[in-house]
Amino acid sequence: MREIALHLMDIAENSVAAGASNVEITIEEDLQNDRLKAAIQDDGRGMGEELLGRITDPFVTSRTTRKVGLGIPLLKAAAEACDGGLCIASAPGRGTHLEVSFQRSHIDRMPLGDIAGTMLTLVIAYPRIHWVFRYRANGTEFTFDDEPIKKELEGISLTEPSILTFIRELLEEGISQVRQTILEKETMPKLSTPQSRR
Amino acid sequence: MSSVKSLEDLKRLKEEALEKRKARATSGHAQVTVGMGTCGIAAGARETMKAILEVIEEEDLSDIIVTQTGCIGLCEWEPIVEVRLADGPKVTYGKVSPKAAREIMKEHIEGGKVLTELVIPA
Repeated sequence: MREIALHLMDIAENSVAAGASNVEITIEEDLQNDRLKAAIQDDGRGMGEELLGRITDPFVTSRTTRKVGLGIPLLKAAAEACDGGLCIASAPGRGTHLEVSFQRSHIDRMPLGDIAGTMLTLVIAYPRIHWVFRYRANGTEFTFDDEPIKKELEGISLTEPSILTFIRELLEEGISQVRQTILEKETMPKLSTPQSRR
Repeated sequence: MSSVKSLEDLKRLKEEALEKRKARATSGHAQVTVGMGTCGIAAGARETMKAILEVIEEEDLSDIIVTQTGCIGLCEWEPIVEVRLADGPKVTYGKVSPKAAREIMKEHIEGGKVLTELVIPA
């Protein structure tokens, strides 16, 4: 997994498998405090205390095809290698909330990656789930909520080519706008370096 | 400046899609399923999925149901793509790169021809 966006897609699959109807993914780039955080909240079946305590063990999984479940342990390891961490809260019938954080400037911090691609894939592949996606940085926030879109479409498939284009562009533009503010903020310090020390 | 997307734009697209649907002779749909377990994602399945969606946009293909599935236990064959035309048999392709996905969309979905060389052996 070379992108945080891919890890998030992997974790979101867990929410789907847990029977969630609503999944919210939030990403925050906090330049001030040098943190990059992501959270996934779902209203799926949740986990009991016993399973929750073991969930970061790679040999714990609910699937039957293999004896390992690497998604959460790999993400936890990636976060901890970057002075960050992962925590999960869950309860039966109450859904699950997973939060992961990284030191944003850490040399080992993998790129955020193609979040638009991840979101598009999830929204298209699981149209019966209500997806909300928030990306925030520098006081700018982009929110994507597929509910008003689906309501407007009244049953037209999201894979109808023109609709697919609409959603893809909406995601790409929204994310790019937030990214732009980050880039501007990152290049600013260099421009305002004091000249007095000559 | 990026275009401002509004629900008005969406409304217009919906009307157009409805018109298109009326004009089109009713035909069967196709279902494409991409494996998106941890093994699939690590093998690049998201890029495979993106390529499939790109072909849908480029070739203006309607009535394609695109879904994902978790790990099916054939991890060494990921990215895996299952194709089913209308009520036909399910064909399971393995090691589907974005390039192979494009071929599958064009040859199998559009052309109805199974690409046997990409199918996972029994």
